[in-house]
Amino acid sequence: MKAFAELLGRLVLTPQRNAKIRLLADYFRSAPDPSRGYALAAIAGTLSLNTVKPALIRDLLLERMDDVLFHYSYDYVGDLAETVSLAWEPPADVVPEDIPLGEVVERLQRAGRSEVRSLVRDMLDRLDTAGRFAFLKLVTGGLRIGVSARLAKQALADLGGKDIGEIETLWHGLSPPYVPLFLWLSGEAEMPLLSTPAVFHSVMLATPIGEGDLDGLDPADFAAEWKWDGIRVQLANIGGVRRLYSRSGDEISGAFPEIIEAADIAGVIDGELLVGGTMRTNRATATFGDLQQRLNRKTVNRKLLEDYPAFIRGYDILFSGERDMRPEPFQVRRQALAALIETASPQHFDLSPLVPFSTWEELDRLRSDPPDPVIEGIMLKRLDSPYLSGRMKGPWFKWKRAPFNIDAVLMYAQRGHGKRSSYYSDFTFGVWTEAEGGAALVPVGKAYFGFTDAELEVLDRYVRDNTVERFGPVRAVRAEPEAGFVVEVAFEGLNRSTRHKSGVAMRFPRIARLRPDKLPREADRLETLQAMIGMKG
Amino acid sequence: MKPESLLYPAPKGLYCEKGNFYIDPVQPVERALITHGHSDHARAGHGRVLATRETLDIMRIRYGDSFCGESDVAQLGETIAIDGVRVCFHPAGHVLGSAQISVEAGGRRIVVSGDYKRRPDPTCRAFEPVRCDVFITEATFGLPVFHHPDDRAETARLLASLKQFPERAHVVGAYALGKAQRVIALLRQQGYDEPIHIHGALAKLCEYYQTEGIDLGDIRPATLAGDRRPDFAGGIVIGPPSAFADRWARRFAEPVAVFASGWMLIRQRAKQRGVELPLVISDHCDWAELTGTIREIAPAEVWVTHGREEALVRWCELQGIPARPLHLVGYDDEGE
Repeated sequence: MKAFAELLGRLVLTPQRNAKIRLLADYFRSAPDPSRGYALAAIAGTLSLNTVKPALIRDLLLERMDDVLFHYSYDYVGDLAETVSLAWEPPADVVPEDIPLGEVVERLQRAGRSEVRSLVRDMLDRLDTAGRFAFLKLVTGGLRIGVSARLAKQALADLGGKDIGEIETLWHGLSPPYVPLFLWLSGEAEMPLLSTPAVFHSVMLATPIGEGDLDGLDPADFAAEWKWDGIRVQLANIGGVRRLYSRSGDEISGAFPEIIEAADIAGVIDGELLVGGTMRTNRATATFGDLQQRLNRKTVNRKLLEDYPAFIRGYDILFSGERDMRPEPFQVRRQALAALIETASPQHFDLSPLVPFSTWEELDRLRSDPPDPVIEGIMLKRLDSPYLSGRMKGPWFKWKRAPFNIDAVLMYAQRGHGKRSSYYSDFTFGVWTEAEGGAALVPVGKAYFGFTDAELEVLDRYVRDNTVERFGPVRAVRAEPEAGFVVEVAFEGLNRSTRHKSGVAMRFPRIARLRPDKLPREADRLETLQAMIGMKG
Repeated sequence: MKPESLLYPAPKGLYCEKGNFYIDPVQPVERALITHGHSDHARAGHGRVLATRETLDIMRIRYGDSFCGESDVAQLGETIAIDGVRVCFHPAGHVLGSAQISVEAGGRRIVVSGDYKRRPDPTCRAFEPVRCDVFITEATFGLPVFHHPDDRAETARLLASLKQFPERAHVVGAYALGKAQRVIALLRQQGYDEPIHIHGALAKLCEYYQTEGIDLGDIRPATLAGDRRPDFAGGIVIGPPSAFADRWARRFAEPVAVFASGWMLIRQRAKQRGVELPLVISDHCDWAELTGTIREIAPAEVWVTHGREEALVRWCELQGIPARPLHLVGYDDEGE
């Protein structure tokens, strides 16, 4: 645990990408199995553990510590795991141990619900301060160390002198603690064989078009497609094994039995999962709000299947039969995909149409005014680009529609986490609605980004100077028609919601601008938002 | 005599009316007793100063020969009478020359600890507990979260990083008096014998420590003189924390920002300062040492000053020890 704790400590504070890779690769080189594999899983987000609620950890500390002293400490440190790791005092006769990470993980995985409490207490007693911190981050399920799975894979590639593409290909066929992977990387074994050929292959991602990105690019080198507002999926049928994966590699076959049943294709395709009708059946595509009825379910009932039939709009092909199509250029893959979809069920598969264009200006106009409400922008794909896993700049771009904007009034604020723990940086905002006794604010969303550091200073100061009430960590701020703080909120879309009092839920809200020039009474009304439901920005 | 009338906080600092002197006053006074040479405790411009020889030397180095009107050397353990008040200096283990000051009159003794620590430090004499009726303790790290690790393990982390990133300069922020010399001495104890480069602000104090018999090894200025401009890759450079925001810091090869301070225990502190390698090395007591010292000395009463007074006062209450915060102003509770 010592080496892992030191690694986490260094990673959190190291900004340079190359230095992070070296820290990771050095750790993977020197740590033993299975500890290094569990560390990799923890960092890449593939470790499944019974997580422990923060309340339990706090309870354990309060078994031994005065409540007032705990509050002084927590208030000062700002992070519960860190407070507990620092303030924890093991019994005098316990000597700190360097328990291997592998042992810690395996004990946690074996522990039953009723044993967790005493196991956590025992671990906290036996580990040293840094070990306790790493352990608590692990069991509360939030490492937050600024390392992506991709970066960890790059470190693995460096460690073994391999190409990152090889790691990506294997990745989803392997599981923690990745012993065969490390044996291969250290040259002690052959490349691991995948147990099922229908494994998930990392998907190719696009980078957003930024200022000036299109300068110097020739429209003739690119194909354009609509960017559909569903969820990105990968469908595999290899040797009769059928699997549907989300873009992060989670298997979601169980939730979409009709797709699995209709997947009478040989190969692996990439597409957008949508509900409603396919273009081949001449029926309209339904909105993301409708698709949500089918998401996050393990199984599905007949009514949902009838009301919200799912289908895949094909974007790309990775394997045709057993043949790896990924090295082929986009144009070749596109032909293969079209041919495959032609033979597939018309209710369950269609082909994402190309958008003809000759200049970027023309494409910009199309992007701003697309022909279908379920379109959220344009995808640009280089005609000669192979299918590359991960997100790299150049071959694929996404060009989203402009987001919605409304003016809302700041209502509540909460202190942020990590680097923002000394700032009120999580904001709840509301708009006006008619209530008994006149206009009242109703919360419509929460945002914790979009503002600059300088704007955060302004917001934080407003919150501190205008707190009217406190609810635990939350502060209510002054928000009256003539006195309050107006912010311009940008978001990607609105759905109807039964969970929110306002009846609407925003997608990806962020604070676009501060509007100190406006009075709260000038902010938007709930009716404006209701009219936006289902609309695309 | 009640302790509150023997010694009490006044606008210029902790004041003894009977002896007409201040301890570590924050403004110029007629007569000052100084615990140690850190600039928030030892200020220039007093009429008469009583302090250890080392503290007087340090004040002279920092402020020049005319740092005060008249100076008297206090020998450790030797009682001096000032207008019927018995005063005695005892080692505090904080930095070279640091002392606690005991003040005694009418059968009551108050010990002003100044800043102190209990860990071994190769650059200064160890703290000695003194029996007293009132113990005035600092509380810089007066929260139960502060448990300073072994300082040798911390410098070992610096040496490990030097091996891991040999192409980068490791630039260590450390306070010019005490911390910088302690870090150097620790590195030397661990067998690091490469030259260590220092910022100009550290030069005189390091030189002074060496004349006092503290071996700091091969120390060189981190300057850019000569045709071949060194970038200090793979080396250790030590400078005062304030120099890191200066252009001075731009001369180094892909520097790894290191900071040696007790505050580095809190990750957020390290992150906010852009520190990549925090070394938790403190010249103050941690929580266990603060509470352990109070238990050991077992004073009738504890007064708590600069730092997180409220938590230490709370702990004393829980132990049944009368305690109160002193609310002295003018001390830098970030003093590391």
